[in-house]
Amino acid sequence: MKYHHLLLAAGALALGAQGATAQDLTVTSFGGAYGAAQQEHMIDPYVAATGTNILFEDYGGGVAEMKAQSESGNIQWDVVDIEVIDLERACSEGYVAVIDHSILPPGDDGTPAAEDFIPEALHECGVGNIVWSIIFAHSDDAYPDGGPQTIVDFFDTENFPGKRGLRKRPQVNMEWALMADGVAPEEVYEVLATEEGQQRAFDKLDTIKDDIVWYDSWSQAPVLLNDGGAQMVQSANGRIFAAIKDEGAPFTMIWDSHVYDLDVWAVMEGTEKMDTALDFIKSATMTIPLSGMQDVAYGPTRRSAQALLPEDIKQDLPTAHLDKGLKADGIFWADFGESLGEKFNEWLLQ
Amino acid sequence: MVKAHQHRLPPEDARNAAREVRARRLRAFLFVAPLLAFITFAFVAPIASMLFRSAYNPTVADLVPDSLQALADWDGEARPSDAALTQFAIDLKRLANDRTSGQLAEEVNRFLPGTSSVVKSTARQLRRVEDTTLADTGATLLLEANAAWSEPGIWRALRKAGQTYTSSYYLTALDLEQTRDGSIQQRDTKIYLQLYSKTLWMALIITLLTLILGYPLAFHMAHSSTSHANFLMVFVLLPFWTSLLVRTTSWIALLQTNGVVNSTLMALGLTGDPLEMLYTQFSTIIAMTHILLPFMVLPLYSVMRGIDPSYMRAAMSMGSRPIPAFLRIYLPMSLPGLSAGALLVFIISVGYYITPALVGGTDGQMISNIIAFHMQQSNNWELAAALGSLLLFLIVALYWLYDKFIGAGNIKLG
Repeated sequence: MKYHHLLLAAGALALGAQGATAQDLTVTSFGGAYGAAQQEHMIDPYVAATGTNILFEDYGGGVAEMKAQSESGNIQWDVVDIEVIDLERACSEGYVAVIDHSILPPGDDGTPAAEDFIPEALHECGVGNIVWSIIFAHSDDAYPDGGPQTIVDFFDTENFPGKRGLRKRPQVNMEWALMADGVAPEEVYEVLATEEGQQRAFDKLDTIKDDIVWYDSWSQAPVLLNDGGAQMVQSANGRIFAAIKDEGAPFTMIWDSHVYDLDVWAVMEGTEKMDTALDFIKSATMTIPLSGMQDVAYGPTRRSAQALLPEDIKQDLPTAHLDKGLKADGIFWADFGESLGEKFNEWLLQ
Repeated sequence: MVKAHQHRLPPEDARNAAREVRARRLRAFLFVAPLLAFITFAFVAPIASMLFRSAYNPTVADLVPDSLQALADWDGEARPSDAALTQFAIDLKRLANDRTSGQLAEEVNRFLPGTSSVVKSTARQLRRVEDTTLADTGATLLLEANAAWSEPGIWRALRKAGQTYTSSYYLTALDLEQTRDGSIQQRDTKIYLQLYSKTLWMALIITLLTLILGYPLAFHMAHSSTSHANFLMVFVLLPFWTSLLVRTTSWIALLQTNGVVNSTLMALGLTGDPLEMLYTQFSTIIAMTHILLPFMVLPLYSVMRGIDPSYMRAAMSMGSRPIPAFLRIYLPMSLPGLSAGALLVFIISVGYYITPALVGGTDGQMISNIIAFHMQQSNNWELAAALGSLLLFLIVALYWLYDKFIGAGNIKLG
């Protein structure tokens, strides 16, 4: 074990450990429009108020980079934005620290934090930042007489011909296949945990396999819809929202059977700047900064922040559609992510 | 000869000469030392550590040594003894408080999918139990926490994950698995062998394409005036100097459904509906051929530059026709550059990652993409290491075959 650490550390050292020490705090998130909103509503106000230098970095999600830092003992990040689907793993493997929720300030309306946050937002190792969702959208030009409305329509190539853009991974696609095949949302993960359930999902995906265009990152989804590469796409809701709002793209978002998840702020275990990191999280998850996440159509995790949103924007946020959706199950994907990932890749090759 | 000469030197001179040789060697070493140090730290060490990881995984053995000890003489059929269960409950409580139960969960889950949540939820429940209670009723508490602990399968998975040195990652990388009685059989999921053969096949096609495109170009450049050749060289080097990502994304712009190629084809009336070119094997091969073309042209060009044109003229003046003269005189002389180019392109494309990931879609995926999946998403670094090592062995084996039949001494970069 020691030998391993030495080698990895040597490698990290030689590859040039960037001078993270020159900064007071390194915060890592997903970049893009989302990162810009965080910069505006969370980073900049904190820098202005405290004078802390913040290095705001991007990453692509997943726990691989945290694992590498933790194994080499060279912790470069302090605060990190994680999807709950990965948080379960990062937390139980000790890459991120346990957070005492009693440090969180009450909402601006005086509600104590424990009641102000929606329940899923207070995780042992993280504090909820946004509620986001994976939806599908169709191009209005491709369906002038009305496009697909439900997940069943998404799998109906007869009545709704056209290419479907899906992200190339089993997550969400398996859930959608089962829901389109008539499985009730609350039973999806139970069914998917069985061999027969997995086969059933693959069989359902088989029915549209020839019409699927696979992509690798969320940024490709609106592009596919825009350039005609696909007539309907799976997407993070904020990406389609931004395309409609900023570029006037003729897209329609469908909330039926959307799969929603949370992003949280977490602190890297072993960081030397624990106090500053927690202080940043306290500040970033207060009512006003959270309400700013509406800029990219992600729902705030505090009820007091939801109350601040203008009525017309609420309809575009996942928080207005939770009744039609399914909560992504981080525990299920920690169990089956790897084995289904292999089976999914095998299915792709068939 | 040298030795005999040295014998005749007076001892004083011999010593001086030897000192001189040593000093020269030291100087030579000092010149190389920075690169050597860099390569050792940045290249050899990480690769050696990854290779080691593919067969050596002490995580579980380090986490629960006592439980593995207690399971050592279990027959693997019925439920293990209560003593073993209690020992495991005690270990799991310790892991839960150290926040390392997740590491155990992930390792065991690899051998029995679905186990991760069983380990984690049990660890959570045992975290607050008193040590003395656990020592007395650990087995019962464990079974109460989750019924899965009464199944022998989960204990077999634990024992298997507990092996410090294991071949299981290499077996998985070859679509094989070890059964309970120790024999080796095919896995249900067959994926890696297919991907290896597809990767080799695609690399071969790309090598042939760069050869077909590069050979005439290099030939033309080698036989034109210096200024003309330099002018053409800019067109070879310009893409070479452009960022890889820029070149790959420009292929996306060209090949996408409403992209440049499709609009042109449709405007010319050659096709009614746009062709699907992006996110296919076709687009991967086209983009990679373009990107790797300089690696073929450069060695070919520099070798062809050195071929004296009078040999061809001599052959022709003695009555050979152009094509036989080319095949018997020119081609063999350009072979060193051709071998170097082909080997470079082939080996680079076997391990290529970014282009297939961006334009490959489903059928353009190569083995490197699945290695990335195991590094980034499934976090199975051991399997990624095994897949990577096999790829390395494969390339070394191909190089060995090449050396045996064609001869590596033939390779020439200029």
